[in-house]
Amino acid sequence: MSCCADPRAVAPAPSPFAAALCEEAGTTRLTLHVPGIHCAGCIGRIEKAVAAADRHVAARVNFTRRTLTLSWPSRAGGPEAAIAAVRDLGYAPIPLDAPAAREDVEGRRLIRALAVAGFAAMNVMLLSVAVWAGADGATKAFLNWFAALVALPALAYSARPFVRSALKAIAAWTLNMDVPIALAIVLAACLSLTRTINGDGETYFDAAITLTFFLLAGRTLDHFTRERARQSVRTLAAFAPKVAHVLSADGSAHPAPLSRIVPGMALELAAGERVPVDGTLKAAAAFDLSLATGESRPVSLRAGDTVLAGALTLTGPVALTAQKPAADSFLATLAGLQAAAEEARSRPARLADRAARVYAPVVHLVALFTFLGWVFWGAGAAEALAIAIAVLIITCPCALGLAVPAVQVAASDRLFRKGLLIKDGGALERLRDIDAAIFDKTGTLTVPSVPPGAVPDADLAAAAALGRHATHPVSRAVLRAAAERGLALPPVIGVAEERGRGVRGTLLGVPAFLGASGEGLTLTVGTRTVPIPLEETIREGAADLVAFLKAEGVPVTILSGDAAPAVRRVADALGIDDAHAGVSAAQKLHHLERARAAGQRTLMVGDGLNDGPALSAAHASIAPAEASDLSRTAADIVMTGPDLSAAIEALRTARTAHRIIIQNFCVAAAYNAVAIPLAVLGHATPLMAAVVMSTSSILVTLNALRLTPRTAP
Amino acid sequence: MTALIYLVPAALALGGLGLVAFFWSVRAGQFDDPEGAARRILDDDKR
Repeated sequence: MSCCADPRAVAPAPSPFAAALCEEAGTTRLTLHVPGIHCAGCIGRIEKAVAAADRHVAARVNFTRRTLTLSWPSRAGGPEAAIAAVRDLGYAPIPLDAPAAREDVEGRRLIRALAVAGFAAMNVMLLSVAVWAGADGATKAFLNWFAALVALPALAYSARPFVRSALKAIAAWTLNMDVPIALAIVLAACLSLTRTINGDGETYFDAAITLTFFLLAGRTLDHFTRERARQSVRTLAAFAPKVAHVLSADGSAHPAPLSRIVPGMALELAAGERVPVDGTLKAAAAFDLSLATGESRPVSLRAGDTVLAGALTLTGPVALTAQKPAADSFLATLAGLQAAAEEARSRPARLADRAARVYAPVVHLVALFTFLGWVFWGAGAAEALAIAIAVLIITCPCALGLAVPAVQVAASDRLFRKGLLIKDGGALERLRDIDAAIFDKTGTLTVPSVPPGAVPDADLAAAAALGRHATHPVSRAVLRAAAERGLALPPVIGVAEERGRGVRGTLLGVPAFLGASGEGLTLTVGTRTVPIPLEETIREGAADLVAFLKAEGVPVTILSGDAAPAVRRVADALGIDDAHAGVSAAQKLHHLERARAAGQRTLMVGDGLNDGPALSAAHASIAPAEASDLSRTAADIVMTGPDLSAAIEALRTARTAHRIIIQNFCVAAAYNAVAIPLAVLGHATPLMAAVVMSTSSILVTLNALRLTPRTAP
Repeated sequence: MTALIYLVPAALALGGLGLVAFFWSVRAGQFDDPEGAARRILDDDKR
């Protein structure tokens, strides 16, 4: 049947579609990320299945972004039938935040400026070629005037981003890459205009506009990489349930979209969930308030204390009373905070900026000394100025401006298609130089499953009711098994997760405990004990990834909280010698800190609540899609598919990307090594500037494009 | 030579037309899914 969707793909826990909806003029839209879309057949199959399942719902697949947009008249019900139809085909749709809600104004402005610059560059170049070909006299004046007519308005429109940024830098008494760029563009335009008016000498209109075009291209690519990184984070935000569990009088919890939460409602949170709205605690609990305060140590709050939305629940479950609706909660301001954190994180782009900090003064000094030198050797001030301007134009860092962003766009695009969401721009850089790998076992190297028929339905439902409050992947297996059998979960009250041991609660008046025992789970209801056997199956692609790392000479370690025999068995199956069992969250963190102190750069792959600190302490980190909220927030890269071997692709891409960036820097440097001496000696001509500038820029871009897969996988 | 006086503006006007067409197509969403468009053509049993 389905040629490309993995039937084993399972959507991450509950399906909080309600919160990702976007309503507009009576039509509701929902955008889903469907990582399994791989071929033309998928498009037709999905769209047809949705049409057959619910005639009100219109489906449109975007193959480039691997998304499915469903839209339906708001009164005609919900998307559940349509989504179920897509799931039945074997795809794993994940809701995305409505992209239309936050339009990319800056991106559009850049695209428009780029289009204008491109149009003007081509036409001015045509006119300039005629001049270079030997037009003179009236013809030359005519062509120059036309070039000015096209170039000057185009420059006034499309060079604004550079001029604005340069003015800002100068106002702050600093230099950035945009200062020499803006200076070169403005001076080239002025010099060319005076020469056109006087009717003598070479004009640089083509150089000025071509320069603007290439630099805008770099700026636009850079913008879209960041936009995609932001988009990834947005996707991650959408992963987290956008629903709150509202407690009813009988102690059972019902999911409700955040928009329906009103002050006074009683809410319940499991460990590892974020507090959805500002609220008052009903009982003492520990929280990670790092998003609000930067304090990473757990903070214990007492009953009656106020906890702000966005705090991470560490002990669970937590009961609280809502104080404010979601829109007025602290969480609303978090969006801004998160964006700021994103800005600070994109290190490779900053790398280019650091290069600029060295480059900009050098360019200005070279131009200044050229001017002084020529005046000193007896040239007229006008001639010396013209040569100095030529130096500024020629040294403009076109290729340098394209070198990094072009590669990043290509790399993140490639990984996105392989089902990897890169959250942090610097992640690729860091991923490249890892020299040790640490894996969590349960939920990362292995996926648990309850063998069919092993547990009676009633007990499985009871276990799932308790397991709903745990974030450990084992409890997900129980939930999944219960969902597969279509069981209704009984209400549980007074539930507490004992981190690393199990979940305790009262089930229909009887104390119950769901805990780990040996290699399975044990459900204790009153005095009755029910073993829940679990099969531990090695995750798809895990063996390939481990084999790849070992072949690369990267030592592989397992740090697991699980019992020794289970860890040993998985380690043996995967051929890993260094495996530690019974490791606590603190010990994992300690292990990573020790490795860092020893100069090791560790890749951490983990999914559990207890991996979160280790993931953030690691040099680079990867989390599978079904990881706990905490781990997904901490990890650099989140895999959207179930196959662990996708990480091999990430490692390979990171290395290739780095190699290509270095090559690109070399191209840019080689260009300057040739062009600058010629310009300083006064041999630079507009023709030369055009040829060398364009060649190096195109070379750099083509080099980056080597990263994009030629055919879709 | 005199031909240039109307040929150059004509060339520029045609180029400008292309620019306007590009702006229009971006706004109309024609660049939203370039790969999907390339593949939909292979799906012959619908629309």
